[in-house]
Amino acid sequence: MFKVYAKWALMASTVLVSGLLAGCNSGPKTLYQWESYQPEVYEYFKGEEPKEAQAEALERDLQKIRSTGKTPPPGYHAHLGLLYLSMGKDDQMVQQFRTEKTLFPESTPYMDFLLKNAKTGVVQ
Amino acid sequence: MIARSLKLMAGLLALAVLGGCVSPKTVDYSAYKQSRPKTILVLPPLNNSPDVKASYSLLSQVTYPLAEAGYYVLPIALVDETFRQNGLTTPADIHQAPANKLQEIFGADAALYITVTDYGTRYMIISSETVVTASAKLVDLKSGTTLWTGSARASSEEGGNNGGGGLIGMLITAAVKQVINSSNDAGHPIAGVTSARLLSAGQPAGLLYGPRSPKYGTD
Repeated sequence: MFKVYAKWALMASTVLVSGLLAGCNSGPKTLYQWESYQPEVYEYFKGEEPKEAQAEALERDLQKIRSTGKTPPPGYHAHLGLLYLSMGKDDQMVQQFRTEKTLFPESTPYMDFLLKNAKTGVVQ
Repeated sequence: MIARSLKLMAGLLALAVLGGCVSPKTVDYSAYKQSRPKTILVLPPLNNSPDVKASYSLLSQVTYPLAEAGYYVLPIALVDETFRQNGLTTPADIHQAPANKLQEIFGADAALYITVTDYGTRYMIISSETVVTASAKLVDLKSGTTLWTGSARASSEEGGNNGGGGLIGMLITAAVKQVINSSNDAGHPIAGVTSARLLSAGQPAGLLYGPRSPKYGTD
């Protein structure tokens, strides 16, 4: 009997502590799994690292994100699309813009604008 | 007469002191709540600091707090390229672009206009301090109404004790560690903290949660 009680007390206190931690520490639970998205956006602006290496890093991280079942942040696929565009890989660009649209329907007007311009041959 | 002006002065002094302690929290959110923006277009920040890296260093780190607050943030680098292709190559030019044109191209509900005022390291005798300060204005692209304004500062000298707590506190500790290791761009990790402080939802006078957050509509 006492053992059961002790177990309950332990469980209750664990729940309480994690609740308190969650309250003070808004860190752990995020809406998206970010990986290297922001650092790679900064790399793009700095222009020091080749575009191929930037795309590879993002593709590698995408595997990690998929394996945990979480969602990449807004702009992740669109940014990959931009990298493929600058590498002349138009098919992959289109695919990435479409994935962005599927994950985030809010991006539809801008993605359609980019896809339309890509089709007519005007870059953006 | 003297007594009266002394009283008046004392009164003013008290007000000033109180004003210093109690930060103005009376933010009018009525236009913001009416507008309910879902998507935010972040324009490349104006840079009033001497460091040319400031704009893009901060810009590359604004997506995190905004997306975690529940907004769709238009892809930062792609948006910048679209501006360039349309002949808008400086933040000053971009900030002048008409709201209806931005709404038409990007389909965003609101635009965020940021100005960086401090970015960099001040070298002092014993230690040096890296500071990034920025202010921001959220504007409804349909009506042109300003929905929210804010400003934030972060410094490498803050150490462990900060008022923000939680996520921001963790970011500061990480940033200070990074500053020690990256002397060539010490402003970058600090800019990340400034960005989180400026653009996180759920803090006094901060941005409201967006539709993708489970906390949407609770603030």
